[in-house]
Amino acid sequence: MPVDIYLNVAVGGILTGLVYGLMALGLSVIFGVVRVVNFAHGEMMTIAMYIAVTLFSAFHLDPLVMLVPIAAVLFVLGYALQAGLINRFVTRPEHSQFLLLVAIAIIITNALLILFGPDSQNVQASYAYDSFQIGPLIVDATKLYAGLTAVAVTAGLFAFFRFTPLGTAIRACADNYTGAMVVGLDVKRLYALTFALGTACVGAAGCMLLLIFDVTPTVGPAYTLLAFVIVITGGLGSMPGALIGGILIGLTEALAGLLFTPSAKSMFAFAILVLVLLFRPQGIMGKRAA
Amino acid sequence: MIARATAGVTRRGLVLLAILLAAALIAPFFASDYLLTVLILILYFAYTGQAWNIMMGFAGQLSLGHALYVGLGAYVAAALYVHFGIGPWLGLLVAVPIAVATGAFIGFLAFRFRVGGVYFAILTIAFAEFARVGFDHLAWTRGSSGLFLPVAQYSHNDLWQLRGHPVMFYYILLAATVLAFIVCRSLLHSRIGYFWLAIREDEEAASAAGIDTFRYKMIAVVISSGMTAFAGVIYAFYYNNLFPEQVFNISRSIDIILAPLVGGIGTLFGPILGTVILEGLSEGLRTLLGILGIDVPGIKQVFFGIVLLLVVVALPEGVWPWLARRFRLTERKQ
Repeated sequence: MPVDIYLNVAVGGILTGLVYGLMALGLSVIFGVVRVVNFAHGEMMTIAMYIAVTLFSAFHLDPLVMLVPIAAVLFVLGYALQAGLINRFVTRPEHSQFLLLVAIAIIITNALLILFGPDSQNVQASYAYDSFQIGPLIVDATKLYAGLTAVAVTAGLFAFFRFTPLGTAIRACADNYTGAMVVGLDVKRLYALTFALGTACVGAAGCMLLLIFDVTPTVGPAYTLLAFVIVITGGLGSMPGALIGGILIGLTEALAGLLFTPSAKSMFAFAILVLVLLFRPQGIMGKRAA
Repeated sequence: MIARATAGVTRRGLVLLAILLAAALIAPFFASDYLLTVLILILYFAYTGQAWNIMMGFAGQLSLGHALYVGLGAYVAAALYVHFGIGPWLGLLVAVPIAVATGAFIGFLAFRFRVGGVYFAILTIAFAEFARVGFDHLAWTRGSSGLFLPVAQYSHNDLWQLRGHPVMFYYILLAATVLAFIVCRSLLHSRIGYFWLAIREDEEAASAAGIDTFRYKMIAVVISSGMTAFAGVIYAFYYNNLFPEQVFNISRSIDIILAPLVGGIGTLFGPILGTVILEGLSEGLRTLLGILGIDVPGIKQVFFGIVLLLVVVALPEGVWPWLARRFRLTERKQ
């Protein structure tokens, strides 16, 4: 096979990986601050994907254009879930949190099944078959737009946490729970905001992924797992780590699909996860003893 | 002997236990074919839940990949039967050690490299998923097109080859569930059991007190994976077909752990009570929706999810500890 095929596939993988990174960022932010593992992460993304599919088939609204309102819907959902339900589980043991989020995941998956049926749906954007020629590279328009949007959203999120007072306050909660309480921060509200930001991230990522993949009601767990793999590879709680993990996993999946068989691609992602857990359990960008 | 075996249970609890066991023994004579399949499912999950409970409930190691051990047990025994005509009880002698070795390998890696908590849980998922995709591409077990056993003849029950009527599987699983209960109870009240509880409550303190935490966590993984693999062998010969996509799926791992979580983690009756509640709920919803004439795919699971949510919000310790206190079935909290 000529080299440019590998290069094209690799670039496609990296662009998809950027979207994966944004999805995983949502999980990472939630865990890093609230210390709850969102086992319904992928299911929450399928909600966003179905909203986007419906808007597209009914009004021909492009998922990327609808990204902001859809992310806003997921933000509200995440806020309500954290404030109404998950906050009281923050101090409970992990298995109790797990059971709660599995229950939420079961409800989401099957509610989507009732509403939209079991068949896979997708969005045929006007640019679905376009591509750009950049030197020897041929890049799919859908992947390029999705990847660039993911970079923009991620940059916005980084800026929010770095430069705004609210972002700083949330980081304070993550660093020192008691300290944040002592200086008078409303930790419960900040937790709800964080969870909402995390679900908004995954909602935005869902809009972008819809340009690349189909959606079915039962696709949630696979994305939840993928987000875990990425976040742990990059470092649970580390924001740059989630992005780097996303790119790494996107690249691995794409190349494994090319070199072996697409159906075996997740094996390589899991192999990376196992290696990282054993030799660098804090992840590529993680701090020791997080 | 008997006094020691029943220590901690009130007379009321013992009478209830005896009635329950008697009911379980005569149930197949009264149950319809459909009810029998539900009862078999209940016993299957009571047994596998008990096995999982050893790892999480006793030793505090959250495994979310127990489908791996079910799948290995099922696939190894079934493949030996299909390829070489080796019966399930002999196949068991190969299947269980393979699952145990796999469990020990995962445990060794995790505990040596100090992978704990959420990380350990995700490591177990990763290995199960790895096996799922791997078996999808393994030609010896027919990959994703599925491994089929010759369909059973119901005319006579061949216990040695596990070919026969579902009633036979019912009694095998009933025996396994009772045996698992007795084993777990004696383990819990042994030296190993106390060490496990110490590790579960505070691993550092346990280690400081001189407990070899690595060793006792390994024992938990080995016993748990071996017991679970036995359920896999029975699964293969009961259903007669195996698909990696189904057997190793993460949903199967979650199915196994829901019962002990709902019933009460770390308790002996939790897995049994939990599976009765969950299957009862599931069947009750099915019947109710049937009467109401509602036939929408997914609606049963939505209600199921809602009830699960309410249970976990209202009874964080699980149903059994609450029930045992409320009706004074045990003398002290187990």
